[in-house]
Amino acid sequence: MISELLINAFLVTIMLSIAIALIKTRTVIFTVILTSAYSLVAALMFITLDAVDVAFTEASVGAGISTILFLAAMAYLPKKEEESISSEVIPALSCIILGGILIWCSFDLPEIGQLTAPIHQHIAPEYIRGSKEDIGIPNIVTSVLASYRGYDTFGETIVVFTAGVAVLALLEKKNTTKKNKSQPKQEIRKNA
Amino acid sequence: MISSTIGIWNYWIVFCLMMIGLFLVIGRKNFLKKIVGLAIFQTSVFLLYITFGKIKGGTPPILNESIDTIYSNPLPHVLILTAIVVGVATTALGLSLVLRINSEYGSIEEDDVSSQDLLDYHDDIETGKNLGLKFKK
Repeated sequence: MISELLINAFLVTIMLSIAIALIKTRTVIFTVILTSAYSLVAALMFITLDAVDVAFTEASVGAGISTILFLAAMAYLPKKEEESISSEVIPALSCIILGGILIWCSFDLPEIGQLTAPIHQHIAPEYIRGSKEDIGIPNIVTSVLASYRGYDTFGETIVVFTAGVAVLALLEKKNTTKKNKSQPKQEIRKNA
Repeated sequence: MISSTIGIWNYWIVFCLMMIGLFLVIGRKNFLKKIVGLAIFQTSVFLLYITFGKIKGGTPPILNESIDTIYSNPLPHVLILTAIVVGVATTALGLSLVLRINSEYGSIEEDDVSSQDLLDYHDDIETGKNLGLKFKK
């Protein structure tokens, strides 16, 4: 069992180095590629943590579609990130303090993989039993997703639909107002 | 000792990853980098949830014939499946906002955008245009 945990520890360390590289890089294309790699390593992590459904969703949606969206948006955006004028000390400090508090709290969390942890006591055994006897689908994740928590999936569909409508509204407005609105603004600025 | 350190090592790294994501969101002024930070934060939270659901010696939660199989907890998996798809929707919305800002201001740096806003505001005060409208709101 310790080898399994060691593989986990190794993979999360890779993720950490990718994240640090993300902080350092200022080129947009590297940022997009590193984000994609991050999602892919996360998908590997999910496989070692027994979440196979999550792994292939993350690999296809997180590493695939997100990357395509980023690349499509990148075509219209500046290719380099500017060095910011204001200092980054306060955000960094607050993040470090918050992270320290979280790590301090982690000593109270149950160790990874313990069967006695509270999360495994409540409703999960019921789902595992019911999936076989009540619903008859061998994949427990599917039966919970589509049957026990079907309303969650319905809400998810609504969220995705709303986001799609919002994206359409935002991108359509770009074409109509571009000629009318941005011209006078620049003229005023030249006069000033 | 080593086993217990590895037992919570994942949590520590996940917290570090979350903080890196948060730093990218609040520390960087580039809007695209902020959205990337949001994605990193999201994926780290997914990892935390899936880590909770893991059981030592368990198998993926797909039923098999033998009686004494231990299945990992399927509930976090379901929640995270939903969250991944919602996360992509959020990313798409954020990116379209960034595109819109870029077409309006010609820049996606927070400093540029806010300085242009300030300039516009002073122009409005000087010319007296839109002044009543601003104070009414």
